[in-house]
Formats: sequence, C-alpha cells, structure tokens
Amino acid sequence: MSDANPPAAPVESRRERRAARRRRPVSVIGVVGEVLITGGVLVFLFIAWQLWWNDLVVAGEQSSAANQISQEWIGDAQAAGASATPTPSATNTPTATPVQPAGFGTPVVAVAPAEAQPFAVLYVPRYGAAYSRTIAEGVGLNVLNSPRLGIGHYPGTQMPGEVGNFVVAAHRSANGGGMHLINELQLGDSIFVQTADGYYTYRFRDLEYVQPTDVGVLAAVPHAPAATATDRIITLTSCNPLFSTAERIIAYGVFESWQPISAGPPAELAAIIAAQAAG
Amino acid sequence: MYAALWRVLPGPLWLRILLVLVLIALVLFVLATWVFPWVDSIVNSQESTVGTP
Repeated sequence: MSDANPPAAPVESRRERRAARRRRPVSVIGVVGEVLITGGVLVFLFIAWQLWWNDLVVAGEQSSAANQISQEWIGDAQAAGASATPTPSATNTPTATPVQPAGFGTPVVAVAPAEAQPFAVLYVPRYGAAYSRTIAEGVGLNVLNSPRLGIGHYPGTQMPGEVGNFVVAAHRSANGGGMHLINELQLGDSIFVQTADGYYTYRFRDLEYVQPTDVGVLAAVPHAPAATATDRIITLTSCNPLFSTAERIIAYGVFESWQPISAGPPAELAAIIAAQAAG
Repeated sequence: MYAALWRVLPGPLWLRILLVLVLIALVLFVLATWVFPWVDSIVNSQESTVGTP
C-alpha cells in the first residue's frame, strides 16, 4: 500500500524510454549484424552439441546396445550348456596342441557376417569400466555413427582369433567416440573381444601414427603385405589428432588367449561384464 | 531484431526475462532434437578409417 507511489515514477520513465526507442528507425546494418552473430553462435552450439552432448547420448546408447548383445550371447551359451553340457576334455591335457596358453585349443574363428551386422563386443578396461561397444562388419558411417553399433570391422581383414590382423575402426570424438582414449593405452593393457563363440584376449603393444591413405596397417602383417602371417593381432584405427582428421592413430594388440563362452569370461573381464549387466 | 522482440514481450521485467529464458530453452530443444542431427547427417566431418579418401 505504502509502496504504491514510489514505483510509479520509474514505470513512467521506462515507458517514455521505450517509446523513444520505438521511434528510432530500424537499422539494416544492425539487423544484418544480429543475424551474423546469431549464425556464429549457432555454429558453436552445433559443435558443442556434436562433440559433447550428442557424443555422450550416443555413447550411452552404444554401450547399452553392446551390453544387451553380450548378455544375449551369454544367455544363449547357458541355454545350450544346460541342454548339451559340453565336456572340456582337452582343457587340462598337456599333450594336446602345443603352446596354447589358455588350454582351450586353437581359437574358434567365425565367418564375417553381412555388412552392418554385429558380431562382436569390444571391451577396453583402459577406456573405463563402463566401456563396451558393438563391432559390426564394414567401416561405413552407417556402422560408425549408429547408436546401436559404433565400431566397424574392415572387410577383408581377419576375424577375432584368426591368424593375421583383426582390424577395426571407430570415431575418436563425436558419435560415441569409441576410441576417444586410444592414445592413453599402455603396454600390456588388455583388449577383450567377445563373440557368440567366446572371449579373445589381446594385449596392447604399441601405437603408430600414419597418413589417412596408409592401408598398410590393414595387412595381415602390418606394412608387409607380402609376408605370411604367423601371429594373431588386433588393430584399432581412429582419428588423430583429437578433433581433427588430418592423421590416423593406430593401436596394435597381440593375441594372448581364448576361451569359449561356456567357460565364462577372463577374470578381469568378468567383473566388467557383471558390473555392466547390473547397471 | 532482438530489440523488437524484447519490445513485443508483455509484462514486467521479471516476466520478460522469464519469457526470454523459456524461448531460448525452446530454441535449444528444437536445435538439438531436429536441426543438429539433420546438419550432422549432411556434413559428415568425422572420418576415422584408413584407405577411404
């Protein structure tokens, strides 16, 4: 009640000021300037959306899609195990095939599926315990940008566990950024590949930086296309430097062991899979 | 342009500020939901494979 009078004066003067502004002619330059500033802000907003917001959204979708397919394979193996109960006869016999570290014999090698079909799940503990991504055939953007895939297998390169080179590609940033932390891999870091058949454990060996045109990294023996492969390796390819596509960063891993899906995952991976299945 | 928008908005100062914030939120939502995904599908600036130009 008592404050009814004091505000009256400012309101009056504000109205006058507003009226004065209304009388001012609209400046074309002013409008053009505002449109240009708006355009610039929109470009920055798009970049922020692409690199952070959408990146996080797609990463979450890709991770949960990978968990789902992983759980399906485990469930299928349990269902098959309940009906068949395979006997791991060759598991502990030292006279079986020579030098098979895990004792499960030569790793099973699947046949590459049709384009854009998922066939494996990648786990890299160095990328975080919550990290998992589906690997599908082909390295087109329909695979790399897909919210339910994310990692592409170069057609024509070997499959997980096969003698030669299992080569995959993923984004360094944006669209889930499947290889965002590839430069942080350290010697001996585990790289797990899960398929419907089993778990393939690779150990990170080294990084390499190449030109985008360097297809030598895809060879069964990298950079030696004529050589006959004797080792089983995994190769991860992504962009370098971060937020650029000027170069490619290549991470090599060496095959360590294999175990069938009925035998369960390796200890380090078992904890990760259990945690991801739980939440 | 923005000055004209400000003049069109009704009500006291606090309501105008609230309306501007709501409008900004609306614009951001439309951008993030429809416009940016569409732009992203066109520009394809992210290439992380070897061999393909």
